[in-house]
Amino acid sequence: MRLPILAAIMLAAMATGAFAADSDTITIGMTTSQTGPLNVDSLGLQQGANMWRDDVNAAGGIAVGDKHYQVRFVTYDDQSQGSRVQQLYTRLVVQDKAQFLFGPYSSGLTATAAVISEQYGALMLTAGGAEPKTYELGNKYLYQVITPAGGYLKGAVEALQAHNPHAKVALVYSDDPFSKAVLAATSEQAKKAGLEIVMNESYAPSTTDFGPVINKIISSGADSFMGGGHYSDGATLARQLYEQKANLKWISILVAPGDDKFATLGPAALGVTTGSQWEPSESYKPEFGPTGPEFVKRYRAKFKSDPDYHAASGYAGGLILQHAIEQAGSIDQAKVAAALDAMDVMTFFGRVKFATDPQHHGLQVAHEMVLAQWLMNDGKLTRQVVWPKDAASAALLYPIPAH
Amino acid sequence: MFGIIASIIDGVLVGSVYGLAAMGLTLIWGVMDVVNLTHGSLIVAGMFALYLLTDATGLSPYAALPAIVVGGFAVGLFLYWIAVHRMIGRPPLMSLLSTFSVNLVLVGLGTAVWGTGLFNVPVSLPGLTLQRFTFPGTHILAAVLAGVLAGCLYAFLYGTRLGKAIRAVANNRGAAELVGIPTTRVLSFAFALGAALACVSGMLIATLFPFTVLSGDAYQLKSFVVIVLGGFGNPAGALFGGIALGLVEGLATPFMPVSWILVIEFGLFVAVLVARPGGVFALRRT
Repeated sequence: MRLPILAAIMLAAMATGAFAADSDTITIGMTTSQTGPLNVDSLGLQQGANMWRDDVNAAGGIAVGDKHYQVRFVTYDDQSQGSRVQQLYTRLVVQDKAQFLFGPYSSGLTATAAVISEQYGALMLTAGGAEPKTYELGNKYLYQVITPAGGYLKGAVEALQAHNPHAKVALVYSDDPFSKAVLAATSEQAKKAGLEIVMNESYAPSTTDFGPVINKIISSGADSFMGGGHYSDGATLARQLYEQKANLKWISILVAPGDDKFATLGPAALGVTTGSQWEPSESYKPEFGPTGPEFVKRYRAKFKSDPDYHAASGYAGGLILQHAIEQAGSIDQAKVAAALDAMDVMTFFGRVKFATDPQHHGLQVAHEMVLAQWLMNDGKLTRQVVWPKDAASAALLYPIPAH
Repeated sequence: MFGIIASIIDGVLVGSVYGLAAMGLTLIWGVMDVVNLTHGSLIVAGMFALYLLTDATGLSPYAALPAIVVGGFAVGLFLYWIAVHRMIGRPPLMSLLSTFSVNLVLVGLGTAVWGTGLFNVPVSLPGLTLQRFTFPGTHILAAVLAGVLAGCLYAFLYGTRLGKAIRAVANNRGAAELVGIPTTRVLSFAFALGAALACVSGMLIATLFPFTVLSGDAYQLKSFVVIVLGGFGNPAGALFGGIALGLVEGLATPFMPVSWILVIEFGLFVAVLVARPGGVFALRRT
């Protein structure tokens, strides 16, 4: 009885070994936050990447000359912790022999992973780290697929300036690398646009009650708000601004309003804007890969939920790597890197081009973000693109109605 | 000027809910010398119980309170026998580790079922508007309920036979056993009561703010500060500790950058530990 089991185990081991050593397979390593606070966004990123992998493999793999490479992922749970990222990316390169890497989710974890990828000279595409500092350290193997932090509220500043050039803005944001980078840029952009900044403060990420903070905003005489950071704090801010009748004419919040569950805030969500890397209504004409509507349709069919921008950027990361490998005609790191450096393409996710000067190498310079706003449509709250005007799917609501 | 007063009122309102959250933790600590690290998870359990009950039945959130008290009590009993009972009388590190591991399991289960995404229980009550500042009705009612529940707990501990038994066990378990108090039953009851309080405070917090599976950590951390301010093992003092913490948050915010609040809170925590190691409202233990 034991013999067949033993044989089966040996066979399985041989099969795995054979698979790992298969020369017609490209191994891509990444960590995702399956547990911990970054789980929601990271899940989107991972599902997007998984969908790209399945698409590629179903189409016969990545074509390099007359060879076709199947794509294999090695994925670990980083528990939303930097220390795990450091250990696991090392393992991905050293033990799992990943030929390419995808970055983890969040600016903080990306910064940690980048240290490892640079150390081992492994090419890494990041679709979840927006803070630009990581890409300004002279890194050679890092490529950022999404718009850097400075772009998150650029549209919000422009739109607000167009509707009220004398707006008094309160900037209140989480004390984390991403939010700080976004709001530092927003502060500069607002000053340049002639808006008055009446409050500029960060709060601890563990803040639970914003009551006193909102009273401070009201006392400052602000009529507009920009800030937030993550899910609970962003949603709490929106709800408390509404309940405490701050009666602001403009509210822009990072990240939280990008989640469809933001609609559960009801009237507190109405009029809230957020910078988005991608929205389903965008209709770019891609040079390769799916169109926006195709991506949305197939994502819904596969995961039974709507794709958010994390999912789209995850898919786009895969698409960009695939294109670079095909252009290079090789899986040699240096050749693929050269193809990425030369790349300037349009995908369903938007335009993608990387900075090539040594100081900013890999920084995303072409992709543009849009401004999305929660609007009432047939008695239902929906998120619509409202800025820039040529990409808008609905008219901007200004001011947010008083209540 | 009124902005400062508004901040203080706000701080006191939310502070009483912090106080209620800490009450369960300090009760368990006081009675059995166990630092219950499942406290944060129990708070989150209260939040999700409210979400599920109101979502399924469409009832007013406040009607869910009795069900959450009973549910929390049952969960507390279960946790006591699973993770705490065998650790009673052992070095504190044992119960710390055991409740820590149960907490990890609970958070893991929560993440598996709900993810770490956002949940919100919509509650709308008319608020009180003074000048430009509004105090939401939900905050006022939560503070009142927290006060009433703290009063009930006090009356129970000091006015009933079982309450006296709990205090006797807290004071000296050996002596309590000698006079015929069934200490194991009393301990399990006290633990379950502490768990029920944590769940109820979670429920009240969920009427105020949106939450995620991981929200418990922030409140657990706050509860420790509240306990130090209110006195170790003193459930009634916890309410005052909570209000004191809310006051500090409310008072400090108008005068300094918001990012300093946490520094102030934990600065106070350390200062109290140094000056009065038993907490500000410490009970005298014989």
